[in-house]
Amino acid sequence: MTGPNDKKMEFALEINDLTVSYKDKPVLWDIDLEIPQGALVGIVGPNGAGKTTLIKSILGLLKPVAGSAKILGLEIDQGIKKIAYVPQRGSVDWDFPATVFDVVQMGTYGKLGWLGRPGIKEKKLTKDALEKVGMLELAHRQISQLSGGQQQRVFLARALVQHAEIYLMDEPFQGVDSTTEQSIVELLRELRNQGATALVVHHDLQTVKDYFDWVVLLNVRKIAAGPVSDVFTETNLKLAFGSRVSLGE
Amino acid sequence: MTQAQLEIQLLAMATAVACSLCGVFLVLRRMSLLSDAISHTVLIGIVIAFFLTGDMTSPWLLVGATTAGVFTVLLVESLQKTGVVREDAAIGLVFPALFSIAVLLISIFSKNVHLDMDAVLVGKIALTPLPSRRLEFGGYDFGPKSLALMIAIIIVNIGFIILFFKELKVSTFDPAFSKAIGFNPYWIHLGLVLSVSTTAVASFDAVGSILVVALMAAPAATAYLLTDKLSIMLVLSCIIGMLCAVLGYWLAHFLDASIAGSMATVAGILFGLTFFFAPERGLFSVWQRAKIRDRKFKLALLLVHLTQHEGTIRELEECNIESLHLHLRWDEYETRSVAFEAVESFCALQENKVLRLTPKGRIIALESLQIGTNLS
Amino acid sequence: MFESLSVPGLGSVVAGTALLGFLCGTLGTFAVLRKQSLMGDAISHACLPGLILAFLLFNSKESWALMLGAAISGTIAAMVILGISRFSRVKEDSALAITLSVFFGFGLMLLTWVQRRPDAAQAGLARFLFGQAATLLDRDVWLLAAIAIPCLITVFIFWKHFQLVCFDRSFAQSLGFPVFLIEVLLSLLLVMVIVAGLETVGVVLMSALLVAPAVAARQWTNKLEIMAILAGVFGAFSGIAGAVLSNIGKTSIPTGPVIVLFITLIVFLSILFAPARGIVWLQFKHWRDSKVLQLDSVLSNLLNLAREHSGKQNGHSMAMLKGISSNPSGVPRSVHKLLEMGLVSEVDKGLYIPTSKGAEYLNEKTSHMGAPLK
Repeated sequence: MTGPNDKKMEFALEINDLTVSYKDKPVLWDIDLEIPQGALVGIVGPNGAGKTTLIKSILGLLKPVAGSAKILGLEIDQGIKKIAYVPQRGSVDWDFPATVFDVVQMGTYGKLGWLGRPGIKEKKLTKDALEKVGMLELAHRQISQLSGGQQQRVFLARALVQHAEIYLMDEPFQGVDSTTEQSIVELLRELRNQGATALVVHHDLQTVKDYFDWVVLLNVRKIAAGPVSDVFTETNLKLAFGSRVSLGE
Repeated sequence: MTQAQLEIQLLAMATAVACSLCGVFLVLRRMSLLSDAISHTVLIGIVIAFFLTGDMTSPWLLVGATTAGVFTVLLVESLQKTGVVREDAAIGLVFPALFSIAVLLISIFSKNVHLDMDAVLVGKIALTPLPSRRLEFGGYDFGPKSLALMIAIIIVNIGFIILFFKELKVSTFDPAFSKAIGFNPYWIHLGLVLSVSTTAVASFDAVGSILVVALMAAPAATAYLLTDKLSIMLVLSCIIGMLCAVLGYWLAHFLDASIAGSMATVAGILFGLTFFFAPERGLFSVWQRAKIRDRKFKLALLLVHLTQHEGTIRELEECNIESLHLHLRWDEYETRSVAFEAVESFCALQENKVLRLTPKGRIIALESLQIGTNLS
Repeated sequence: MFESLSVPGLGSVVAGTALLGFLCGTLGTFAVLRKQSLMGDAISHACLPGLILAFLLFNSKESWALMLGAAISGTIAAMVILGISRFSRVKEDSALAITLSVFFGFGLMLLTWVQRRPDAAQAGLARFLFGQAATLLDRDVWLLAAIAIPCLITVFIFWKHFQLVCFDRSFAQSLGFPVFLIEVLLSLLLVMVIVAGLETVGVVLMSALLVAPAVAARQWTNKLEIMAILAGVFGAFSGIAGAVLSNIGKTSIPTGPVIVLFITLIVFLSILFAPARGIVWLQFKHWRDSKVLQLDSVLSNLLNLAREHSGKQNGHSMAMLKGISSNPSGVPRSVHKLLEMGLVSEVDKGLYIPTSKGAEYLNEKTSHMGAPLK
């Protein structure tokens, strides 16, 4: 019997035999994965390895053929409230009539309930998040007039507003200037230090060691997952990417 | 069958064929809605040409209407190019505006003149055999004028397709490539627009403007569900178009209803039947195949699951036949039956309720894993 | 203006078209943003068979009965369109075209069959196609209001849901919103609006009223709420203008087309002249940007030259700058401008060097360049 005080520390994410397929082509093959709380996790793999699919299945946006994902020990429909999602930048229409402030404020909608309107509290949260990503001066700019890095900052702020425990980010560094990339990394570290967990789909193998504590190597099936120092090895990379890839060290 | 009936059916078939030929390219190039726009806006060309010539039978009407059709497309495209309006909205802006101008012009200026707008919208194919609408030459009767016109249009359309078949094909399926091999897909696009406009103008005298859309989109889309080859799609779409014409005519005859309306209805029914029952792409055969495939996939998945946990600490738990469904999140009964199938096909053995792979099962599992994994 | 309002019945016509215009503008905003501008066109054509079947079934020409029929067939059409493009390889444009024309053709067949005369479709059909705004009575306006007000209240209640789903569907889903239901609700509202408007403006013009006000409004604002209200106002305004204009003269001009032409005029002006998004403005900005770009390139050329020949304090001539510029004829003007701004100085007659301020200016410019816009 376990007492109330030594309650087992839940995993941030617990993925159990997850298989997702497009028709009969498997996109993810029987993935088992346990992500501890407070980890900064990079998801790495070649194109078509199922990185985005993994994120979308955790969010319940895709229905798996088999297996399940648990979020802080909860089923997806419950646990999703603890997640903030940063989609790929290209997934939305940036000509939509909205300002930077509007978009970031959308992050507060989840906790507002059906009839709720964003009020003073939500506006304050929005401003704080904008401040954090250094976009407060551009709060009233139309979103189509932003550079790629700025768009990414907006999405990041929208996730910060949610004050979530887990952050799922789909290629946040894609098409982003190096200043923005650095400040996103800073922010991620700060979040981790506050106890949050972040999963980041990442492309640049060179920076994996600098940015993340944990890494998941994916190529339809899970090649390896664990602390970067254990898992991010030449052998594992070859398994994931084929023989042509090396760390170039 | 009287000669009048025969002539009406011939005209209906000719119209359907002419429309289907253009329709194939419209459907493939995702331009079907331009036919909707064009078939509305040719009215303004007709109205203006009519005011200029004062003659409802003047060939200038054809020219005016075709010009209006091309003009519509150019207008839509230039609106799109400004970057502030998307294609769907551009179409939705242009054709009601031009159509409204035409309606206003008619209502203001042609109070006493006979310009029958409803006939424009609904068509007057039933009037085909009338003596005033016949093509007579040197005392001989060559049949209805509109039939002659329609046949001419078919010949032009076929000519266009044969002459530029390669270009049409390349620019439809791979516009970037067609640019790379040095010819501008825009000219083909314009040619197509021209041919759609001409066909729409000639056809809507018979079937009306809105039903032109049906004859362009439905047979072509039906054919698209039946074949992958462009040439076969063209032939099929013509055959389906003719079928719509004949069946539609007799349906109308039987119900004493509008021929054009019945043709569109038949076109819809044929499309619906194909949508559900087409041998390869029909919804039912797709579902059926998905079911079989699903079952096969689940078997492979089970084997993969077993390999992934083979020899691990949790094997007893993960591969236990009684708790398997909890891990895979399948229906319990289904899990049993997939597991049973695995055992039946000698891919797995059951030991104390734990499934273990046989060498054969392991090979299949590893092969399946290889299929999924892509090494780029 | 007021005399014309005293035309008997004009009051209710104006009220009706204004109400309808507002409703269409507001709901059309969402349709346009969701890239479904032509959905309205397809649904409105597809209402015909439902209208006629309702007429047959209830054997009445009561508005509510006809509207119910129209709403049902409009909804079915919307589902058919989604079904075709989702479950087969036929793309959305063809799905729209097929549904639109086949439903309409089926309606036409029913209509002629009901009348037992193959070519007698005219009277009823013309009404369906072009509407009869001129015959709007008070009770029609009340019926319109009875549809419009609940629709607008629904939009108000679900505002943030609609905004979120239109902008970022998957994010909405990740917040736990029932995205599919919200989309169904939006489509149902669209059907309601179309059904409400059919009798007044008819099929063809219905689609214009759904698209045009939204496109015009988008030009003037970057806020969704303002866009929706502005689209409503544009719609209402052209409704009123159309109703009044078409009743001024002695001859009766059909109201629907006048409304459409009016709203098209508003769109035209908005696309051309709206600040920030208008074509005229964009052209001006483009011209100005190219000037600045030219300025920057001359300055950077000068800097590069100075760097290559470091140590020497002698500057470089206009002719030299012209030689390496992509637009030589613009060089003298740029140099003068740069001199004025103090970014360049003339060391000797006709010889120029960049100042330290110039180097700073360019440095700042390049460091601010983020990734290029899409």
